[in-house]
Parts: sequence; structure tokens; C-alpha cells
Amino acid sequence: MTKIEAIIQTSKFETVKNALHDIGIDGMTVLEVRGHGRQKGHTEVYRGREYTVDLIPKIKIEMVLADDMVEKVERAIVNAAQTGKIGDGKIFRSRIDEVIRIRNDERGDNAL
Amino acid sequence: MRKIRVDRSVIAVFFFMALTPALWAQASVPSAVPSDSDRLAKVEQQVADAKASADNAWMLTSAALVLMMTGPGLALFYGGLVRKKNVLSTMMQSFAMMALITVLWALCSYSLAFGSGTSFIGGFHHLFLSGVGLEPDPAYSPTIPQQTFMIYQLMFAIITPALITGAFAERMKFSAMAVFMVLWSFLVYDPMAHMVWGKGGLLNAALGGRFPTLDFAGGTVVHITSGVSALVCAIYLGRRLGYPKEPMTPHSVVLSFVGACLLWVGWFGFNAGSALSAGALATSAFVTTHLATATGVIGWAGAEWLRNGKASALGAISGAVAGLVAITPASGFVGPMSALVIGLAAGIVCYLMVTKVKMRLGYDDSLDAFGVHGVGGTLGALLTGIFASSAVNPIFRDAQGAVLPSGMIEGNSHQIVNQFVGVVMAWIIAIVGTLVILKIVDLTIGLRVSPEHEVQGLDLSQHGEEGYYWDVST
Repeated sequence: MTKIEAIIQTSKFETVKNALHDIGIDGMTVLEVRGHGRQKGHTEVYRGREYTVDLIPKIKIEMVLADDMVEKVERAIVNAAQTGKIGDGKIFRSRIDEVIRIRNDERGDNAL
Repeated sequence: MRKIRVDRSVIAVFFFMALTPALWAQASVPSAVPSDSDRLAKVEQQVADAKASADNAWMLTSAALVLMMTGPGLALFYGGLVRKKNVLSTMMQSFAMMALITVLWALCSYSLAFGSGTSFIGGFHHLFLSGVGLEPDPAYSPTIPQQTFMIYQLMFAIITPALITGAFAERMKFSAMAVFMVLWSFLVYDPMAHMVWGKGGLLNAALGGRFPTLDFAGGTVVHITSGVSALVCAIYLGRRLGYPKEPMTPHSVVLSFVGACLLWVGWFGFNAGSALSAGALATSAFVTTHLATATGVIGWAGAEWLRNGKASALGAISGAVAGLVAITPASGFVGPMSALVIGLAAGIVCYLMVTKVKMRLGYDDSLDAFGVHGVGGTLGALLTGIFASSAVNPIFRDAQGAVLPSGMIEGNSHQIVNQFVGVVMAWIIAIVGTLVILKIVDLTIGLRVSPEHEVQGLDLSQHGEEGYYWDVST
């Protein structure tokens, strides 16, 4: 099993979500996060004091998938979330040792 | 439904028209006819009663409007400007004034401010509100009950110390704040209010003071005293931990926005209410207040736009408050065009004060109580001496009752000196009084919270609660 963590532009979330539904993904966890990579932040001015805001709001989608779905999902996210500009985000892939469904203690792929 | 009602009223009108001749005939039947002079006296009394009721209605409304300026107005305005961890403690400081000063006012402060006494402070004969009843006090306002006047003035005594809390936001102990404010009310507010507005006061322009200072609604009494005291507090207490290196952004400009809008509306009670009646002078003050606020917004936001390329929401609402502050002393003395100038000047000057001068001097007046109220109040008080017009408010008369010029533009250049005396008096009493009180409180209970408590936030450390409670189960 594989975990996909995709950090994307907040404005692209609806498009990505729909793309994932279209390929049959029906479970995900979504987080509002802040962070930065190479994209620069912006400045805010309050009564003459200037503040640099370098932590930019992003959406992080987390999914644990059966291994055969991974490529398909990654392609869908890239296609849906890409604008070609700095700040489009990243996808992280990692191995998952076990999944347990709390309701009935099912394990492994059956629990996904 | 609506149509039926119209029909009914038409029927009623016809019905009364038909009855009128009969009623008229009845009324003209001679019985014990009251003499003309009796009837005239009765009518005169009724007219006076009607005017008194109208004045009282406006003054009670104004009193409520001015209370609304402190809570929720100022509480929201200041509450939004602090960090999340201090929102409740900041709002609580304003709210506490609504309780504390009210009790003081009833027990003794009203007497000290508005009772007859010396040139500097009132006497004790209104202690516990004795003699403050439902009859007017003609020296202040011949048409409204003295209790209306008392409760109206109380609302000013509440908001004035609440304004100071902006300077020491996010670092003063609640206990120290409460004691400071009680002492401040006695040592600074009551004497200043007495000097400018009280019977026999040194600066009272309406009741023949030695240096008649024009202060319609509290440029000196409210804004200079609070603003200058705020500066003294900011310097004495020192900066917040981490200032200016750490970011201390307003946690919700939205709250401040709502607060500022409530202040703008409430200020009509503050300034137009200061006419102490519902007549044309109230209208005049209402209009000048509104116009100056508008140009205050344009002045501040415009200056910001030119310098930073953007007009910010916080800048716009700060400009509104600056305009409101500066027009306060002038509101019942100047015409609409002068109001536009005063507001614009205040917007620009306060902007420069808050963004440039404060940075250079390095003091941490957290929410700019001095930059807006101290500076705007001083500017407004001086400009009142220039723009005051006897056509708006014939306040000065000679022995024969002929109207004398009010401000410098009209030819009374001496008025600028009187205004200056009033301003200097307010600055001195604010600086000396505040320093003495800070020293006393510092030596007895201490002024600042501990560094740990400051980092934790005053909501938790002073009040044991949070403004935005994070509850997992909801």
C-alpha cells in the first residue's frame, strides 16, 4: 500500500477533487496547511509596519491507495493541478505497512 | 391587505369631517371661560414641556450611543488589533470601565467634575448623587433633567480611560489596570472635565472661565488627556516582549472594522449630543462630525495609497477615528467646510505620526492611542481656535449681549492663545497625573505581567479563558 500526499494550490482543489472522483477515488483526507518551497511570499502592511508573509496557504490531500492505483492517481493530480508556475506544489509517495479499519478490524487492502 | 387599510382611513377622515361642525358648536358654548392669560400660560407651559421632552429624548439616545462607543465599539476596535491570545483581556479592559467608572461616578466623580467648587475641581455637594434629580440644572442645560446630564457625562468618563488601554495592550496586569484607572479618573479626568465644562472651571468658555477654551465634545478633556496619558504609559511600561522584531499583526481587522463603524455611529451621540439639546446646534455638530470623518478616511488612506501603492482597510478605519477625534472639540463651533479641512488634516497628520514618528522614536504605543487621540485631539483643539465661527455658535458675547467673533479667521486671534492654554493644561495634567499614578501602582502591585504570562497571553494568564476556544468535539 502507498500513501500519496499532494500539496496543491488552494484554487486547484475543486478541479483535483473532481479528477480523482472521475477515476474512482472515493476517500481522501484534506488539510488546510501553510508552507513554502521556492515560491516567494508577499508583504502585508499594518499601520506602516511591514510584515513578510512567507508561509502561503495550500491544500494538502492525503490518500492511502492500493499499489496499482498509484500511477493513475498521480497522473490525475498532476494534470488537474498544474498551471506551470512556481507554487503548483508537490506530491510525496511513501510505503504504508498496515491499514486497519476501526469498525471491523479489517486489515490490508480490504481496509482501504 | 394594504388596500383595505387605506380605505378604512379614508372612511375615518370622512367620519371626522362630518363630526367637526358638531364638536365646534359644542366647544363654543360659553361655560366658565379661562382668561386669555391663563390659556397663554398653559400653552407656553405645554410648549416648554414639549421642547424638554424632545431634548430629553435626544439626550438619552445620545447617552446610549456614547456607551455603545466603548462596548462594543472600542472593545471590538482594539480587540481586533491585538494578537489572538490577548483579545478577551483587551476587550475586558474597555468593558471594565463600563462598570468601574459608573460606580465611581455615582459615588463621587460626578460631584468632583460637575459640582461647583474651585477653578480646578468640583466640590462634594453632589456626593452620592445627592441633589442630582429630575429637575434641570440651568447652568448646564435648562431643558433636560440633571440625571440625564449626569448619565450622559458618565459615558464620556467611561470611554476616556478605555482609550488609554490601547497603549499598554498585551502587557499590563488586570489588577494594576483597574487600580490605575480608578486613580486616573480622580486625578486626571475629573479635574480636566471640571476645568473645561464645570461651573466655575478655569477653561470654561460657556460659563465665563479665565481662559475660555472652546472644546465642544472633549478634544482636550477626552482625547488629549487619554492620548497623552497613553504615551506616558507606553514609555513607562516599556515595549512588549519581542517588539519590534517579532510580528505583532492585528489578529482580526474584521473585528476592528466593525468596531470602527460602531464608533463612527456612536460619535453622533458624542458630538451632536454635546449640544445638550435637540435643536439646530445638534444638527450642525452632527453634520461636521460626519464630514470630518469622511475626509479623515480620505486623508489617511490616501496618504497610504501614495506611499505604499495601496489603501488598506485598517488605514481607512484608522483615518475615520482620527477625523472623529479632531472634529470633537470643533464640532459645535465650525461650519461644514471647516470640518472637511479639519478631518483631512487629522487623517494625514495622524498617519504620519503613527507610521513615521512612532517608528523613529521607538516607543511601543501598541494600538496607537497617542498617535490618534493625543495627536488628533491636540490638532483638533488648536484648529478649533482657528475655524470657530460665531454664525454657527455665538458663544462669546459682550456685556450688551452682542455676538463677538469666535475663532481666528473671524478676527478673534486671541482664541488661539486660549486654545493653547487649554491644550497645555491637558498635556500637563495628563503627564503629571499619569506618572504619579503609574509610580504608585508600580510600587504597590506592579504594572506588568510576568514574561511567562505575557508569552502565554493575557486571556489565559489574567482571566483563565480563551477568546477562541478549540473544542475537538464540535
